Amino acid sequence: MTVQEVGRPRRRKEDARLLTGRTQWTDNLSRPGTLHVMFLRSPMAHARITGIDVSGARGLPGVVAAFSGQDFAAEQGSLPCAWPVTDDIVIPEHPPMAVSEVRYVGEAVACVVATDRYRAADALEAIEVDYEPLPAVLDMTQALAEGGPKVHEAGNKAYSMKFTSGDIEAAFRDAAVVIDRTYVQQRLIPSAMEPRAVMADTDGETFTIWSSTQIPHVLRVMLAVVTGIPEQKLRVVAPDVGGGFGSKLQVTAEEVLCLLLARKLGKPVKWAESRSEGNLTVHHGRDQLQHVRLAADADGRLRGLQVDLLADMGAYLMLLTPGVPTLGTQMCNAIYKMDAYEFACTGVFTTKMPTDAYRGAGRPEATFIIERVMDELAAELKLDPVEVRKRNWIKHEEFPFTTISGLTYDSGNYEAATDRALSLFGYDKLRAEQADRRDRGDPVQLGIGVSTYTEMCGLAPSRLLGAGNFGAGGWEHGAVRMLPTGKVEVITGSSPHGQGHVTAWSQIVADALGVPFEDIAVLHGDTAVVPKGMDTYGSRSLAVGGIAVLKACDKVKDKARTLAAHLLECAPDDLEFEAGAFKVRGTDSQKTIQELANAAFTAHDLPDGVEARLDSDATFDPENFSFPHGTHLCAAEVDTETGMVKIRSYVAVDDIGKVVNPLIVDGQLHGGIAQGIAQALYEEAVYDAEGNLLTTTLADYLLPSAADLPDFTLDRTESPATSNPLGVKGVGEAGTIASTPAVVNAIVDALRPLGIRDVQMPCTPERVWRALEGARQ
Amino acid sequence: MPRITVTVDGIKYEEDVEPRLLLIHLLRERLGKTGTPVGCDTSNCGACTVMLDGKSAKSCSVLAVQADGCDVVTIEGLGANGSMHPMQQAFHEEHALQCGYCTPGMVMAAIDLLRDDPEPSEETIRQGLEGNLCRCTGYCNIVRAVRRGAQEMGQAVSSS
Repeated sequence: MTVQEVGRPRRRKEDARLLTGRTQWTDNLSRPGTLHVMFLRSPMAHARITGIDVSGARGLPGVVAAFSGQDFAAEQGSLPCAWPVTDDIVIPEHPPMAVSEVRYVGEAVACVVATDRYRAADALEAIEVDYEPLPAVLDMTQALAEGGPKVHEAGNKAYSMKFTSGDIEAAFRDAAVVIDRTYVQQRLIPSAMEPRAVMADTDGETFTIWSSTQIPHVLRVMLAVVTGIPEQKLRVVAPDVGGGFGSKLQVTAEEVLCLLLARKLGKPVKWAESRSEGNLTVHHGRDQLQHVRLAADADGRLRGLQVDLLADMGAYLMLLTPGVPTLGTQMCNAIYKMDAYEFACTGVFTTKMPTDAYRGAGRPEATFIIERVMDELAAELKLDPVEVRKRNWIKHEEFPFTTISGLTYDSGNYEAATDRALSLFGYDKLRAEQADRRDRGDPVQLGIGVSTYTEMCGLAPSRLLGAGNFGAGGWEHGAVRMLPTGKVEVITGSSPHGQGHVTAWSQIVADALGVPFEDIAVLHGDTAVVPKGMDTYGSRSLAVGGIAVLKACDKVKDKARTLAAHLLECAPDDLEFEAGAFKVRGTDSQKTIQELANAAFTAHDLPDGVEARLDSDATFDPENFSFPHGTHLCAAEVDTETGMVKIRSYVAVDDIGKVVNPLIVDGQLHGGIAQGIAQALYEEAVYDAEGNLLTTTLADYLLPSAADLPDFTLDRTESPATSNPLGVKGVGEAGTIASTPAVVNAIVDALRPLGIRDVQMPCTPERVWRALEGARQ
Repeated sequence: MPRITVTVDGIKYEEDVEPRLLLIHLLRERLGKTGTPVGCDTSNCGACTVMLDGKSAKSCSVLAVQADGCDVVTIEGLGANGSMHPMQQAFHEEHALQCGYCTPGMVMAAIDLLRDDPEPSEETIRQGLEGNLCRCTGYCNIVRAVRRGAQEMGQAVSSS
């Protein structure tokens, strides 16, 4: 009897190498004669470049070359935006190296190529740049005002869009309750632990670029388009990649420029950013001003939801910049039924680093809006926040359910997840303690935060992505080949950077082909090895890429069946496949898949028309997104004298459908929850009045450490997805989406009797204390 | 240029170094010891942590010349005879790494904190790892791994 691999907490195949330092981070790689690149970056938020002289750098020890934007002007193209959300969107030219004008602090204006990074850094000092300052544009509301300074000639509005479903005016007319709030999604810095690095090389004819990227395949297409290097002559490799969280879902200036430098110099070049350089120039996340209105009946039943966003694009539109906030279109209504819904979003240019995808990308922002305002509704009606949610959510017997925003949720059970979470949390007991502390006037108040989220992920359905003006499809590719010795090579178009694809895909293939887990290798992240792919983002790897691999296994089995029938001299239908072998029903006669692999290799006795290979590939494009959901509960102690917030307990019950590897799933949730808590309590990218980023280091931009976070209590309910044969949903972003509003709801819940109904994120002791001071006056 | 003598993972090196050369760059760019990565430039993240004469040190904040005469152990030299150190094994068992970039430093810091407290509480572990940042795990499984590693190391000591 073979053990079922799917569902087992397999320890990861990836670990041993990573644990012993035998890693292939891009900055570890080197080719003979590799040169080091460093960029000179703009110290001004907005300025005209009136003069630039790199000659002082040339001729310094170790310096091979120095260039300014003018030297690239004819060949550098414009960095791509692949998500033009409206027909009239303004997509400004975005030169990888600024030529005549800079629009954010950190924009590259020149570079030095030297024999080592110390010499390159020295030589940057010898470059002279004259800037004529232009006004910085930092505040979105002011940016949209008439007559103010412009980021681009065409103005500061990139686009505006509106989606309406139902009669929104009727929903608000005569509503018993209308909640009207404005929330701020602060700007965040994704902060993958591995800073970006790029190496590029050429043999004079073809080009290879190694990059710390989530998207080697998309990058290849885009670099070919931007630089004019023919796609077939360009190979992109994503070696070991140390985290991404969306920040490496990008086509970066440095990737383009390193490729161009390799072409100019005919030598391998490498660039590895410092953390402070990265904080300035890795795309940022979130940054929205959210205006929300909610109308409800006196019993708490939702009538209408109206959301109006200003979304800070930063200075340019990068790969997915304009589309990220518009993902809220389908998500602000979340798990709730209502009569009418309106979602509007305006993308605004400012002189800051562009924003783009950051873990959750659009769904955390939307979830924050609805989950915060549901708590406000509960408070207004003096209902328990769980009760007001229950009165409005889609009941489990109503699935599949088409929401007010037009998505069809295939499965879910909000009651089950919530009941489980309440029980694990000890909800009633904590409410009793809260009441007691309130009665006693305890300086440390207890708050309970509820977040009953869902999200759309498994970015996929090409048809739906196309309808949203997304620039690519959402399919994924997988291939499986049986090797002559009976071992298996799996090739996946999804490109991991910590998610554990090698282990999880091995589990799927072990079950599908009946081969040992240990006999399977998984190849990825190299366009010369993987024929095609759509890469890793949007919690899509398993629900799309894993299924493509499964489909490829099915095709391999079909081929093997034909071969087995021939060798066993029976009809294909007489064979049953079990534990890795085709058996003639009712006999002991069988051929294992390994024997068949060898038979295909020797090819001595193949049936007519059967090729000498036991391999196949498949592309999977699901008909729908996957919709994980869950209930997260946070208990926070808030010191009303110091403003200090301490998370006392955190319970998350998530429904992500079927689970391939519970160990990996829990790890994804742990990390996701931590990142969402970090937004609620710690992190914020801060620019000063001149547009200088103040949070350029990890001393200023506060990533939580182990000492800042609690342990999390996790559990799962299981409503299998119906859009893929494994019944799996995405899990990579769920924790982040759910946890931010859970924490802020807990803080506000603790302080509400003191007259507080919002604390702006990050809820630092200072912010909480100031909110308390404001309420005391 | 000053000449230094430094032992790294059991091998003795003599190197002429610029006074400004950081230990991490000596390790990575001169000695090929790329197992130890660099995660920041302000000694906040701890990814570059190595053992310097038996104590954990952030090698981005040590000049190579300061390591003259020292014994350096990196993640590459931690295991003996091709097997993993109990702490490395514990990280594997508890799924305490995802992308793995912080892992070399985290393992070093974990071993170092056990010098002060061989049986640390969760609180002690969390405080002890404060100088090492991880973006993937939320630290839950790292804490579990350090506990398990401590137990295994304790048993190794008591049985030897």
